[in-house]
Amino acid sequence: MLSTFFAVLRRDLLLAWRGRADVLVTLAFFIIVVCLFPFGVGAEPNQLRAIAPGVLWVAALLACLLSLHRLFAQDYADGTLEQLLLSREPAALWVMAKVLAFWISTGLPVVAIAPAMALLLDLEQGGLPVLVLSLALGTPILALLGAVGAALTLGLRGGGMLLALLVLPLFVPVLIFGAGAVEAELSGSGAVAHLLLLSGGLAGALALAPVACAAALRISTD
Amino acid sequence: MTNPERGRSLLRFASPQHFYPLAGRLAPWFAAIAVVLTVIGLWLGFFVAPTDATQGQVYRVIFIHVPAAWMSMFIYLVMAFWSAVGLVMNTRLSFVMSQALAPTGAMFCFVALWTGALWGKPTWGAYWVWDARLTSQLLLLFLYFGFIALTRAIEDPRRADRAGAIIALVGAVNVPIIYFSVQWWNTLHQGASVSLDKAPSMATTMLAGMLVMAFASWAYTLAVVFWRVRPMILERERHTEWVGAELERQARISQAAGGRA
Repeated sequence: MLSTFFAVLRRDLLLAWRGRADVLVTLAFFIIVVCLFPFGVGAEPNQLRAIAPGVLWVAALLACLLSLHRLFAQDYADGTLEQLLLSREPAALWVMAKVLAFWISTGLPVVAIAPAMALLLDLEQGGLPVLVLSLALGTPILALLGAVGAALTLGLRGGGMLLALLVLPLFVPVLIFGAGAVEAELSGSGAVAHLLLLSGGLAGALALAPVACAAALRISTD
Repeated sequence: MTNPERGRSLLRFASPQHFYPLAGRLAPWFAAIAVVLTVIGLWLGFFVAPTDATQGQVYRVIFIHVPAAWMSMFIYLVMAFWSAVGLVMNTRLSFVMSQALAPTGAMFCFVALWTGALWGKPTWGAYWVWDARLTSQLLLLFLYFGFIALTRAIEDPRRADRAGAIIALVGAVNVPIIYFSVQWWNTLHQGASVSLDKAPSMATTMLAGMLVMAFASWAYTLAVVFWRVRPMILERERHTEWVGAELERQARISQAAGGRA
Protein backbone atom coordinates (compact mmCIF):
# COMPACT_ATOMS: atom_id res chain seq x y z
CA MET A 1 0.00 0.00 0.00
CA LEU A 2 2.72 2.43 0.97
CA SER A 3 4.56 1.62 -2.23
CA THR A 4 1.62 3.05 -4.20
CA PHE A 5 1.71 6.15 -2.08
CA PHE A 6 5.40 6.70 -2.70
CA ALA A 7 5.17 5.78 -6.38
CA VAL A 8 2.46 8.39 -7.00
CA LEU A 9 4.28 10.92 -4.84
CA ARG A 10 7.54 10.38 -6.71
CA ARG A 11 5.84 10.56 -10.09
CA ASP A 12 4.01 13.80 -9.31
CA LEU A 13 7.10 15.41 -7.82
CA LEU A 14 9.08 14.40 -10.88
CA LEU A 15 6.42 15.89 -13.16
CA ALA A 16 6.43 19.07 -11.10
CA TRP A 17 10.22 19.22 -11.33
CA ARG A 18 10.16 18.75 -15.10
CA GLY A 19 7.58 21.53 -15.38
CA ARG A 20 9.38 23.92 -13.05
CA ALA A 21 7.99 26.97 -14.85
CA ASP A 22 4.52 26.37 -13.38
CA VAL A 23 5.91 26.32 -9.87
CA LEU A 24 7.83 29.52 -10.48
CA VAL A 25 4.70 31.18 -11.85
CA THR A 26 2.86 30.38 -8.63
CA LEU A 27 5.70 31.84 -6.62
CA ALA A 28 5.87 34.95 -8.79
CA PHE A 29 2.13 35.38 -8.39
CA PHE A 30 2.48 35.26 -4.60
CA ILE A 31 5.25 37.87 -4.68
CA ILE A 32 3.36 40.20 -7.00
CA VAL A 33 0.12 40.05 -5.01
CA VAL A 34 2.03 40.98 -1.84
CA CYS A 35 3.72 43.84 -3.70
CA LEU A 36 0.39 45.15 -4.97
CA PHE A 37 -0.89 46.00 -1.51
CA PRO A 38 1.46 48.93 -0.78
CA PHE A 39 0.32 50.47 -4.08
CA GLY A 40 -3.29 50.03 -3.05
CA VAL A 41 -3.26 51.08 0.58
CA GLY A 42 -0.25 53.41 0.60
CA ALA A 43 3.31 52.84 1.75
CA GLU A 44 2.83 54.12 5.30
CA PRO A 45 5.02 51.63 7.32
CA ASN A 46 2.73 51.47 10.35
CA GLN A 47 -0.25 50.61 8.20
CA LEU A 48 1.71 48.02 6.25
CA ARG A 49 2.94 46.47 9.47
CA ALA A 50 -0.61 46.23 10.73
CA ILE A 51 -1.99 44.49 7.65
CA ALA A 52 1.10 42.35 6.90
CA PRO A 53 -0.12 39.03 8.40
CA GLY A 54 -3.45 39.27 6.61
CA VAL A 55 -1.89 40.30 3.30
CA LEU A 56 0.63 37.46 3.35
CA TRP A 57 -2.05 34.94 4.21
CA VAL A 58 -4.49 36.17 1.57
CA ALA A 59 -1.71 36.11 -1.04
CA ALA A 60 -0.73 32.54 -0.07
CA LEU A 61 -4.39 31.52 -0.23
CA LEU A 62 -4.84 33.02 -3.70
CA ALA A 63 -1.62 31.45 -4.96
CA CYS A 64 -2.87 28.07 -3.77
CA LEU A 65 -6.29 28.66 -5.33
CA LEU A 66 -4.90 29.61 -8.72
CA SER A 67 -2.69 26.54 -8.96
CA LEU A 68 -5.38 24.12 -7.73
CA HIS A 69 -6.85 23.48 -11.17
CA ARG A 70 -3.55 21.87 -12.17
CA LEU A 71 -3.89 19.23 -9.48
CA PHE A 72 -5.89 16.73 -11.53
CA ALA A 73 -6.31 18.44 -14.92
CA GLN A 74 -3.38 16.82 -16.70
CA ASP A 75 -4.07 13.34 -15.37
CA TYR A 76 -7.70 13.76 -16.33
CA ALA A 77 -6.79 14.82 -19.86
CA ASP A 78 -4.39 11.96 -20.60
CA GLY A 79 -6.39 9.21 -18.88
CA THR A 80 -3.99 8.57 -15.99
CA LEU A 81 -6.74 9.43 -13.54
CA GLU A 82 -9.04 6.71 -14.85
CA GLN A 83 -6.24 4.16 -14.68
CA LEU A 84 -5.58 5.15 -11.08
CA LEU A 85 -9.27 4.88 -10.25
CA LEU A 86 -9.41 1.45 -11.84
CA SER A 87 -6.46 0.18 -9.80
CA ARG A 88 -7.11 -1.92 -6.73
CA GLU A 89 -5.32 0.49 -4.40
CA PRO A 90 -7.55 2.61 -2.12
CA ALA A 91 -8.21 5.89 -3.92
CA ALA A 92 -7.86 8.00 -0.77
CA LEU A 93 -4.26 6.86 -0.51
CA TRP A 94 -2.98 8.03 -3.86
CA VAL A 95 -5.17 11.14 -3.64
CA MET A 96 -3.25 11.94 -0.46
CA ALA A 97 0.03 11.36 -2.30
CA LYS A 98 -1.05 13.67 -5.12
CA VAL A 99 -2.11 16.40 -2.70
CA LEU A 100 1.16 16.05 -0.80
CA ALA A 101 3.15 16.37 -4.02
CA PHE A 102 1.03 19.37 -4.97
CA TRP A 103 1.71 21.00 -1.62
CA ILE A 104 5.45 20.31 -1.81
CA SER A 105 5.62 21.86 -5.28
CA THR A 106 3.38 24.90 -4.70
CA GLY A 107 2.77 25.39 -0.97
CA LEU A 108 6.25 24.77 0.36
CA PRO A 109 7.97 27.40 -1.87
CA VAL A 110 5.41 29.96 -0.71
CA VAL A 111 6.05 29.04 2.92
CA ALA A 112 9.79 29.33 2.31
CA ILE A 113 9.65 32.75 0.69
CA ALA A 114 7.01 34.23 3.01
CA PRO A 115 9.53 35.56 5.59
CA ALA A 116 11.31 37.52 2.86
CA MET A 117 8.01 39.00 1.73
CA ALA A 118 7.17 39.77 5.37
CA LEU A 119 10.29 41.94 5.52
CA LEU A 120 8.98 43.93 2.54
CA LEU A 121 5.93 44.79 4.63
CA ASP A 122 8.10 45.48 7.68
CA LEU A 123 6.52 42.76 9.79
CA GLU A 124 8.27 42.56 13.17
CA GLN A 125 10.94 39.88 13.18
CA GLY A 126 9.47 38.23 16.26
CA GLY A 127 6.47 37.23 14.21
CA LEU A 128 8.40 35.48 11.46
CA PRO A 129 8.68 32.00 13.04
CA VAL A 130 4.97 31.96 13.80
CA LEU A 131 4.20 33.16 10.27
CA VAL A 132 6.20 30.29 8.77
CA LEU A 133 4.70 27.78 11.16
CA SER A 134 1.14 28.95 10.56
CA LEU A 135 1.63 28.81 6.80
CA ALA A 136 3.25 25.38 7.05
CA LEU A 137 0.23 24.11 8.99
CA GLY A 138 -2.41 26.05 7.07
CA THR A 139 -1.47 25.69 3.41
CA PRO A 140 -1.79 21.86 3.50
CA ILE A 141 -5.38 22.35 4.72
CA LEU A 142 -5.98 24.67 1.79
CA ALA A 143 -4.54 22.07 -0.58
CA LEU A 144 -6.68 19.28 0.90
CA LEU A 145 -9.93 21.28 0.85
CA GLY A 146 -9.11 22.67 -2.56
CA ALA A 147 -8.49 19.17 -3.90
CA VAL A 148 -12.15 18.31 -3.26
CA GLY A 149 -13.21 21.40 -5.20
CA ALA A 150 -10.74 20.66 -7.99
CA ALA A 151 -12.06 17.11 -8.28
CA LEU A 152 -15.67 18.31 -8.46
CA THR A 153 -15.00 20.94 -11.13
CA LEU A 154 -12.82 18.67 -13.26
CA GLY A 155 -13.29 19.31 -16.98
CA LEU A 156 -16.05 21.91 -16.58
CA ARG A 157 -16.06 25.07 -18.60
CA GLY A 158 -15.45 28.08 -16.40
CA GLY A 159 -14.09 25.62 -13.87
CA GLY A 160 -11.60 28.10 -12.42
CA MET A 161 -14.14 30.66 -11.24
CA LEU A 162 -16.45 27.91 -10.06
CA LEU A 163 -13.62 26.35 -8.06
CA ALA A 164 -12.98 29.71 -6.39
CA LEU A 165 -16.66 30.09 -5.52
CA LEU A 166 -16.77 26.58 -4.06
CA VAL A 167 -13.66 26.62 -1.91
CA LEU A 168 -13.17 30.23 -0.81
CA PRO A 169 -15.90 30.11 1.86
CA LEU A 170 -14.30 26.91 3.16
CA PHE A 171 -10.91 28.63 3.35
CA VAL A 172 -12.16 31.32 5.72
CA PRO A 173 -11.48 29.47 9.02
CA VAL A 174 -7.92 28.68 7.89
CA LEU A 175 -7.37 32.32 7.03
CA ILE A 176 -8.74 33.45 10.38
CA PHE A 177 -6.54 31.16 12.43
CA GLY A 178 -3.47 31.55 10.20
CA ALA A 179 -3.39 35.34 10.11
CA GLY A 180 -4.69 35.42 13.68
CA ALA A 181 -1.73 33.37 14.90
CA VAL A 182 0.76 35.99 13.70
CA GLU A 183 -1.26 38.85 15.10
CA ALA A 184 -1.70 37.11 18.43
CA GLU A 185 2.05 36.52 18.66
CA LEU A 186 2.80 40.17 17.88
CA SER A 187 0.21 41.46 20.34
CA GLY A 188 1.78 39.36 23.06
CA SER A 189 -1.12 37.01 23.76
CA GLY A 190 0.69 34.02 22.30
CA ALA A 191 -0.09 32.03 19.18
CA VAL A 192 -0.33 28.59 20.77
CA ALA A 193 -4.12 28.39 20.68
CA HIS A 194 -4.27 29.41 17.01
CA LEU A 195 -1.55 26.98 16.03
CA LEU A 196 -3.21 24.15 17.92
CA LEU A 197 -6.50 24.86 16.16
CA LEU A 198 -4.70 24.91 12.81
CA SER A 199 -3.09 21.57 13.65
CA GLY A 200 -6.48 20.18 14.61
CA GLY A 201 -7.90 21.43 11.33
CA LEU A 202 -5.04 19.79 9.46
CA ALA A 203 -5.64 16.47 11.23
CA GLY A 204 -9.35 16.65 10.42
CA ALA A 205 -8.72 17.60 6.80
CA LEU A 206 -6.15 14.79 6.44
CA ALA A 207 -8.71 12.29 7.66
CA LEU A 208 -11.76 13.48 5.71
CA ALA A 209 -10.67 15.36 2.60
CA PRO A 210 -8.94 12.48 0.73
CA VAL A 211 -12.05 10.33 1.08
CA ALA A 212 -14.35 13.12 -0.14
CA CYS A 213 -11.88 13.91 -2.92
CA ALA A 214 -11.75 10.28 -4.06
CA ALA A 215 -15.56 10.13 -4.13
CA ALA A 216 -15.63 13.37 -6.11
CA LEU A 217 -13.09 12.02 -8.61
CA ARG A 218 -15.21 8.92 -9.17
CA ILE A 219 -18.24 11.12 -9.83
CA SER A 220 -16.37 13.40 -12.20
CA THR A 221 -14.87 10.60 -14.30
CA ASP A 222 -18.04 8.52 -14.39
CA MET B 1 -41.15 -6.04 -5.79
CA THR B 2 -44.26 -8.17 -5.36
CA ASN B 3 -44.54 -7.30 -1.70
CA PRO B 4 -48.06 -5.83 -1.33
CA GLU B 5 -46.93 -3.73 1.66
CA ARG B 6 -44.60 -1.83 -0.61
CA GLY B 7 -47.31 -0.15 -2.60
CA ARG B 8 -49.03 1.18 0.47
CA SER B 9 -46.00 2.31 2.46
CA LEU B 10 -45.10 5.97 2.52
CA LEU B 11 -41.82 5.07 0.90
CA ARG B 12 -43.53 4.76 -2.46
CA PHE B 13 -43.40 8.55 -2.63
CA ALA B 14 -39.65 8.21 -2.99
CA SER B 15 -40.35 7.33 -6.59
CA PRO B 16 -40.64 10.39 -8.83
CA GLN B 17 -43.70 8.92 -10.54
CA HIS B 18 -45.68 8.84 -7.30
CA PHE B 19 -44.24 12.02 -5.86
CA TYR B 20 -45.12 14.12 -8.90
CA PRO B 21 -48.92 14.10 -8.39
CA LEU B 22 -48.54 14.29 -4.60
CA ALA B 23 -46.41 17.43 -4.91
CA GLY B 24 -48.98 18.92 -7.27
CA ARG B 25 -51.77 18.25 -4.80
CA LEU B 26 -49.91 19.50 -1.71
CA ALA B 27 -48.37 22.67 -3.16
CA PRO B 28 -51.58 24.78 -3.30
CA TRP B 29 -52.47 23.81 0.26
CA PHE B 30 -49.11 24.88 1.62
CA ALA B 31 -49.29 28.06 -0.44
CA ALA B 32 -52.67 28.86 1.10
CA ILE B 33 -51.37 28.12 4.61
CA ALA B 34 -48.38 30.36 3.93
CA VAL B 35 -50.57 33.26 2.82
CA VAL B 36 -52.91 32.95 5.82
CA LEU B 37 -50.07 32.64 8.32
CA THR B 38 -48.18 35.55 6.77
CA VAL B 39 -51.23 37.78 7.07
CA ILE B 40 -51.77 36.74 10.69
CA GLY B 41 -48.08 37.03 11.52
CA LEU B 42 -47.67 40.47 9.95
CA TRP B 43 -50.84 41.68 11.63
CA LEU B 44 -49.54 40.45 15.00
CA GLY B 45 -46.14 41.95 14.30
CA PHE B 46 -47.13 45.35 12.98
CA PHE B 47 -50.34 46.11 14.85
CA VAL B 48 -50.63 43.97 17.98
CA ALA B 49 -47.08 43.65 19.29
CA PRO B 50 -46.05 46.53 21.56
CA THR B 51 -43.37 49.03 20.61
CA ASP B 52 -39.98 48.05 21.93
CA ALA B 53 -38.81 50.14 24.85
CA THR B 54 -35.26 50.66 23.60
CA GLN B 55 -35.45 50.24 19.84
CA GLY B 56 -38.81 51.80 19.05
CA GLN B 57 -40.55 50.71 15.89
CA VAL B 58 -37.40 49.55 14.11
CA TYR B 59 -37.37 46.26 15.92
CA ARG B 60 -40.42 45.13 13.95
CA VAL B 61 -38.15 43.98 11.15
CA ILE B 62 -37.43 40.89 13.25
CA PHE B 63 -40.77 39.44 12.21
CA ILE B 64 -39.27 38.94 8.77
CA HIS B 65 -35.61 38.87 9.67
CA VAL B 66 -35.52 36.13 12.30
CA PRO B 67 -37.72 33.58 10.47
CA ALA B 68 -35.69 34.17 7.30
CA ALA B 69 -32.42 33.59 9.14
CA TRP B 70 -33.78 30.44 10.80
CA MET B 71 -35.06 29.12 7.51
CA SER B 72 -31.82 29.82 5.65
CA MET B 73 -29.85 27.70 8.13
CA PHE B 74 -32.47 24.99 8.41
CA ILE B 75 -32.80 24.63 4.64
CA TYR B 76 -29.07 24.06 4.32
CA LEU B 77 -29.32 21.23 6.83
CA VAL B 78 -32.27 19.70 4.96
CA MET B 79 -30.32 20.05 1.71
CA ALA B 80 -27.35 18.24 3.22
CA PHE B 81 -29.68 15.59 4.60
CA TRP B 82 -31.24 14.87 1.21
CA SER B 83 -27.79 14.89 -0.36
CA ALA B 84 -26.61 12.26 2.11
CA VAL B 85 -29.75 10.18 1.53
CA GLY B 86 -29.22 10.45 -2.21
CA LEU B 87 -25.58 9.38 -2.03
CA VAL B 88 -26.27 6.48 0.34
CA MET B 89 -29.58 5.15 -0.99
CA ASN B 90 -29.09 6.21 -4.59
CA THR B 91 -32.58 7.71 -4.80
CA ARG B 92 -33.08 10.12 -7.68
CA LEU B 93 -35.72 12.18 -5.95
CA SER B 94 -33.42 13.13 -3.05
CA PHE B 95 -31.06 15.00 -5.36
CA VAL B 96 -33.99 16.77 -7.01
CA MET B 97 -35.23 17.84 -3.57
CA SER B 98 -31.87 19.24 -2.49
CA GLN B 99 -31.53 21.18 -5.74
CA ALA B 100 -35.06 22.50 -5.50
CA LEU B 101 -34.38 23.70 -1.94
CA ALA B 102 -31.19 25.61 -2.72
CA PRO B 103 -32.66 28.73 -4.41
CA THR B 104 -35.20 29.18 -1.60
CA GLY B 105 -32.46 28.84 1.00
CA ALA B 106 -30.32 31.40 -0.79
CA MET B 107 -33.33 33.72 -1.03
CA PHE B 108 -34.00 33.49 2.73
CA CYS B 109 -30.30 34.04 3.40
CA PHE B 110 -30.36 37.17 1.28
CA VAL B 111 -33.56 38.43 2.92
CA ALA B 112 -32.03 37.89 6.36
CA LEU B 113 -28.91 39.87 5.37
CA TRP B 114 -30.90 42.63 3.68
CA THR B 115 -33.38 43.15 6.51
CA GLY B 116 -30.50 42.93 8.95
CA ALA B 117 -28.73 45.74 7.13
CA LEU B 118 -31.88 47.87 7.18
CA TRP B 119 -32.21 47.24 10.90
CA GLY B 120 -28.53 47.86 11.54
CA LYS B 121 -28.45 51.36 10.07
CA PRO B 122 -30.77 53.01 12.62
CA THR B 123 -29.71 50.72 15.49
CA TRP B 124 -25.94 50.44 15.13
CA GLY B 125 -25.42 53.38 12.76
CA ALA B 126 -23.99 51.16 10.02
CA TYR B 127 -25.52 48.94 7.38
CA TRP B 128 -22.89 46.31 7.97
CA VAL B 129 -20.68 45.38 10.89
CA TRP B 130 -18.36 42.38 10.87
CA ASP B 131 -20.30 40.72 13.62
CA ALA B 132 -19.90 36.96 13.92
CA ARG B 133 -23.50 36.22 13.03
CA LEU B 134 -23.61 38.54 10.04
CA THR B 135 -20.37 37.20 8.69
CA SER B 136 -21.31 33.54 9.01
CA GLN B 137 -24.67 34.29 7.38
CA LEU B 138 -22.81 35.91 4.49
CA LEU B 139 -20.58 32.85 4.14
CA LEU B 140 -23.67 30.64 4.18
CA LEU B 141 -24.97 32.65 1.22
CA PHE B 142 -21.68 31.95 -0.59
CA LEU B 143 -22.07 28.24 0.17
CA TYR B 144 -25.55 28.34 -1.39
CA PHE B 145 -24.15 30.15 -4.44
CA GLY B 146 -21.41 27.55 -4.79
CA PHE B 147 -23.90 24.68 -4.64
CA ILE B 148 -26.25 26.29 -7.17
CA ALA B 149 -23.43 27.25 -9.52
CA LEU B 150 -21.89 23.79 -9.42
CA THR B 151 -25.14 21.92 -10.07
CA ARG B 152 -26.01 24.30 -12.90
CA ALA B 153 -22.56 24.14 -14.50
CA ILE B 154 -22.55 20.37 -14.95
CA GLU B 155 -24.66 19.24 -17.89
CA ASP B 156 -24.86 15.54 -17.11
CA PRO B 157 -27.60 15.40 -14.43
CA ARG B 158 -26.18 12.27 -12.83
CA ARG B 159 -22.83 13.93 -12.25
CA ALA B 160 -24.46 17.22 -11.25
CA ASP B 161 -26.52 15.43 -8.60
CA ARG B 162 -23.61 13.67 -7.01
CA ALA B 163 -21.16 16.55 -7.25
CA GLY B 164 -23.73 18.87 -5.68
CA ALA B 165 -24.38 16.35 -2.92
CA ILE B 166 -20.67 16.15 -2.07
CA ILE B 167 -20.24 19.91 -1.91
CA ALA B 168 -23.41 20.22 0.21
CA LEU B 169 -22.02 17.68 2.67
CA VAL B 170 -18.57 19.28 2.73
CA GLY B 171 -20.30 22.60 3.39
CA ALA B 172 -22.42 21.12 6.17
CA VAL B 173 -19.30 19.78 7.91
CA ASN B 174 -17.73 23.22 7.57
CA VAL B 175 -20.67 25.35 8.68
CA PRO B 176 -20.05 24.88 12.43
CA ILE B 177 -16.29 25.35 11.92
CA ILE B 178 -16.93 28.56 10.02
CA TYR B 179 -19.36 29.77 12.63
CA PHE B 180 -17.03 29.22 15.57
CA SER B 181 -13.96 30.51 13.77
CA VAL B 182 -15.76 33.69 12.81
CA GLN B 183 -16.95 34.12 16.38
CA TRP B 184 -13.40 33.64 17.65
CA TRP B 185 -12.02 36.07 15.07
CA ASN B 186 -14.56 38.72 15.88
CA THR B 187 -14.16 38.56 19.64
CA LEU B 188 -10.38 38.74 19.31
CA HIS B 189 -10.53 41.73 17.01
CA GLN B 190 -12.94 44.15 18.58
CA GLY B 191 -14.34 42.63 21.72
CA ALA B 192 -18.06 42.24 22.19
CA SER B 193 -19.06 45.43 20.43
CA VAL B 194 -22.45 44.52 19.11
CA SER B 195 -24.32 41.37 19.78
CA LEU B 196 -27.71 40.29 18.63
CA ASP B 197 -28.61 38.25 21.68
CA LYS B 198 -29.84 41.04 23.88
CA ALA B 199 -33.51 40.22 23.99
CA PRO B 200 -33.81 38.87 27.50
CA SER B 201 -37.56 39.01 27.89
CA MET B 202 -39.78 39.23 24.89
CA ALA B 203 -43.44 40.16 25.00
CA THR B 204 -45.67 37.17 24.30
CA THR B 205 -47.23 38.81 21.27
CA MET B 206 -43.79 39.48 19.81
CA LEU B 207 -42.83 35.86 20.23
CA ALA B 208 -46.17 34.72 18.82
CA GLY B 209 -45.80 36.94 15.78
CA MET B 210 -42.33 35.63 15.16
CA LEU B 211 -43.37 32.00 15.51
CA VAL B 212 -46.35 32.45 13.20
CA MET B 213 -44.05 34.03 10.63
CA ALA B 214 -41.62 31.14 11.06
CA PHE B 215 -44.41 28.66 10.31
CA ALA B 216 -45.44 30.80 7.34
CA SER B 217 -41.92 30.55 5.93
CA TRP B 218 -42.01 26.78 6.44
CA ALA B 219 -45.25 26.52 4.51
CA TYR B 220 -43.92 28.86 1.82
CA THR B 221 -40.78 26.79 1.46
CA LEU B 222 -42.76 23.56 1.12
CA ALA B 223 -45.10 25.08 -1.47
CA VAL B 224 -42.31 26.56 -3.56
CA VAL B 225 -40.20 23.43 -3.39
CA PHE B 226 -43.10 21.21 -4.45
CA TRP B 227 -43.79 23.51 -7.37
CA ARG B 228 -40.14 23.59 -8.33
CA VAL B 229 -39.75 19.84 -8.05
CA ARG B 230 -42.50 19.05 -10.56
CA PRO B 231 -40.93 20.39 -13.78
CA MET B 232 -37.55 19.06 -12.61
CA ILE B 233 -39.02 15.57 -12.31
CA LEU B 234 -40.66 15.82 -15.74
CA GLU B 235 -37.41 16.97 -17.31
CA ARG B 236 -35.39 14.17 -15.81
CA GLU B 237 -37.93 11.42 -16.43
CA ARG B 238 -38.88 12.60 -19.89
CA HIS B 239 -37.84 9.30 -21.45
CA THR B 240 -40.23 7.24 -19.31
CA GLU B 241 -43.72 6.16 -20.25
CA TRP B 242 -45.54 7.78 -17.37
CA VAL B 243 -44.19 11.22 -18.23
CA GLY B 244 -45.38 10.77 -21.81
CA ALA B 245 -48.85 9.83 -20.56
CA GLU B 246 -48.85 12.71 -18.07
CA LEU B 247 -47.83 15.26 -20.68
CA GLU B 248 -50.54 14.01 -23.04
CA ARG B 249 -53.11 14.30 -20.24
CA GLN B 250 -52.01 17.87 -19.51
CA ALA B 251 -52.11 18.73 -23.20
CA ARG B 252 -55.68 17.37 -23.42
CA ILE B 253 -56.74 19.42 -20.41
CA SER B 254 -55.28 22.63 -21.76
CA GLN B 255 -56.75 21.91 -25.19
CA ALA B 256 -60.20 21.45 -23.67
CA ALA B 257 -59.77 24.67 -21.72
CA GLY B 258 -58.62 26.44 -24.88
CA GLY B 259 -61.62 25.06 -26.82
CA ARG B 260 -64.05 26.39 -24.24
CA ALA B 261 -62.46 29.84 -24.07
